[in-house]
Amino acid sequence: MSGAIYAEGLVKTFGDVKALDGVDLDVPEATVLGLLGPNGAGKTTAVRCLTTLLTPDSGKAFVAGIDVLKHPNEVRRSIGLSGQFAAVDEYLTGRENLQMVGQLYEMRAKEAKERAGELLERFHLADAADRPSKTYSGGMRRRLDLAAALVVSPPVMFMDEPTTGLDPRNRQQLWEVIQELVAGGTTLLLTTQYLEEADHLAHDICVVDHGRVIARGTADQLKAQIGGERVEVVVHEPDHITTAVEVLTGFGKGEATVDRHTRKLTVPVTGGAKLLAEVIRELDTRGIEIDDIGLRRPTLDDVFISLTGHLAEVKDEENGANGANGDSDAKGAAAAKDKHKKEAAP
Amino acid sequence: MSAVTRTAPAPRPAGGIGKSVRDSLVIARRNLIRMSRIPEMVLFGLIQPVMFVVLFTYVFGGSIQVGGSLSSQDYREFLMAGIFAQTVTFATAGAGAGIADDMHKGLIDRFRSLPMARGAVLTGRTVADLVQTALTLVVLALVALLIGWRTHENVGKILAGFALLLLLGYAFSWIGALIGLSVRTPEAATSGGLIWLFPLTFISNAFVDSNNLPTFFRHIAEWNPFSTTVQACRELFGNLPPGFKTPDAWPMQHPVLASVLWSILILVVFRTLAVRKYRSAAA
Ligand SMILES: Nc1ncnc2c1ncn2[C@@H]1O[C@H](COP(=O)(O)OP(=O)(O)OP(=O)(O)O)[C@@H](O)[C@H]1O
Ligand SMILES: [Mg+2]
Repeated sequence: MSGAIYAEGLVKTFGDVKALDGVDLDVPEATVLGLLGPNGAGKTTAVRCLTTLLTPDSGKAFVAGIDVLKHPNEVRRSIGLSGQFAAVDEYLTGRENLQMVGQLYEMRAKEAKERAGELLERFHLADAADRPSKTYSGGMRRRLDLAAALVVSPPVMFMDEPTTGLDPRNRQQLWEVIQELVAGGTTLLLTTQYLEEADHLAHDICVVDHGRVIARGTADQLKAQIGGERVEVVVHEPDHITTAVEVLTGFGKGEATVDRHTRKLTVPVTGGAKLLAEVIRELDTRGIEIDDIGLRRPTLDDVFISLTGHLAEVKDEENGANGANGDSDAKGAAAAKDKHKKEAAP
Repeated sequence: MSAVTRTAPAPRPAGGIGKSVRDSLVIARRNLIRMSRIPEMVLFGLIQPVMFVVLFTYVFGGSIQVGGSLSSQDYREFLMAGIFAQTVTFATAGAGAGIADDMHKGLIDRFRSLPMARGAVLTGRTVADLVQTALTLVVLALVALLIGWRTHENVGKILAGFALLLLLGYAFSWIGALIGLSVRTPEAATSGGLIWLFPLTFISNAFVDSNNLPTFFRHIAEWNPFSTTVQACRELFGNLPPGFKTPDAWPMQHPVLASVLWSILILVVFRTLAVRKYRSAAA
């Protein structure tokens, strides 16, 4: 009937905040679902409901075929959770933390000890294994927490923003771990604000905002939804931006978005490389010097902007510029917001 | 095989008392390791009762009449059961604070998402605190011996007295646990955990002869579970002063039995409430 993670009409309210407002999910076995959304979208609340930490106000949830509301303890046997904030005992060493978790999963002491050793190696914590985790850096603590979630390799895993706080190398390694897990048959639900990450890891993506799923599909489907390629131009002189916009609008299928700070202009187009050549010629004719130009497929950032009217991690266009991952930045998003007032998806 | 995936461990016979005991021991061990890494907390837990012993003995000794005696040696011996009992009960505020602290750390989410026995987080905590309390009692008894406390009964009875004290402390730690689960911060748990202990320990026979109290307080003191244990210990230690008149109230006449009954009653009631509270917290 349903996948390894299945939810129907999940609602959870805190006071007058509807953290979840009728969320449906269906994750087939041995696949990854990326739950993507800005701060406060309800990602953590969804994870907490599915992992028995919160009781939803209404709705159904099944994990590994078990009713989460009726049999929470059986569900707990089948899941691993790495929450948004590292859940480790800071006075215990890394090894002691993992051993404790193993024993609580009903492993024998010796077995728990071996498993702890394996995971410490795998997550590059062997050197720090016998230090209280209080002395760990943020990323090390994060890795310890992930290791704790993997102690018994449960069939269903939940990871709430697993790569937040990891450096690029460790992030890459975690991606490998995740792919390995899924290849081994694990079903994973992960939340992320890194669009690139969802694109890379997830078979299916659910975009959530204000407690609702506003779009779902594969990364490619979501991209297709907002149309073809983009031409992206970086002009050399800020003074040339206005003229360049004119040129791009002439070729484009829609309005051009402008980021004055980086002097980057983007416009959706159809026509591929041939069109790109024409754009270059025209810009040249008009005497506009360019630093960079290219054709690119829409990123999930574009998807997000068109669906929610704002960039994933930047709600306030004024304080933007530090989007954790973006090709577009806040001002681009603001521009996009005006033109894509498109309603939510399929 | 890769280090990430692995075959599932052969599950042990699930559920039941065995699982509950194992999980509680795992958590108790975790708390004991924590205590050993924060020795200053254990140290302060020791200093306070030692201070009480010294202050009461030297400041009040000689001016408080117990039984028919004003001798400071008689008071010293009379007092000690009271101080022991006070020590085990005051330790419960710490248990509450520890639980309140745990409940607001991310770690509790880990515990709640694991297939653990339902009371294990709390039982593990209270058991670890019991170990600490026992340690405190040992040190305190040594200090008491140094300043002249003596027992006049056989070893079995003396150990029985300490067992009653620990049972009382364990039962009360569940009241502390319930308080810890009901408040938002560890600070609130500490003060909330202490407030009720003052009337409990002072409207009792711990520091004075309850026969000398005004009638109203005397009745409370005689039925107070705390007094019951104190009285039981005085009997078991042979520390009742000469000329002491045992009150007629039933718990004072049968203090050992009454102490056991009181402690078990408190334990059952408050453990039930605390476990229920734990399960519903934050849901
Ligand atoms: N315990 C709570 N009490 C009150 N409100 C809450 C509680 N937990 C979550 N909320 C609210 O519910 C909404 C969704 O929160 P949630 O933590 O699920 O968001 P999120 O998508 O995980 O955000 P982030 O990306 O910042 O982690 C927010 O508006 C939040 O303020
Ligand atoms: Mg979150």
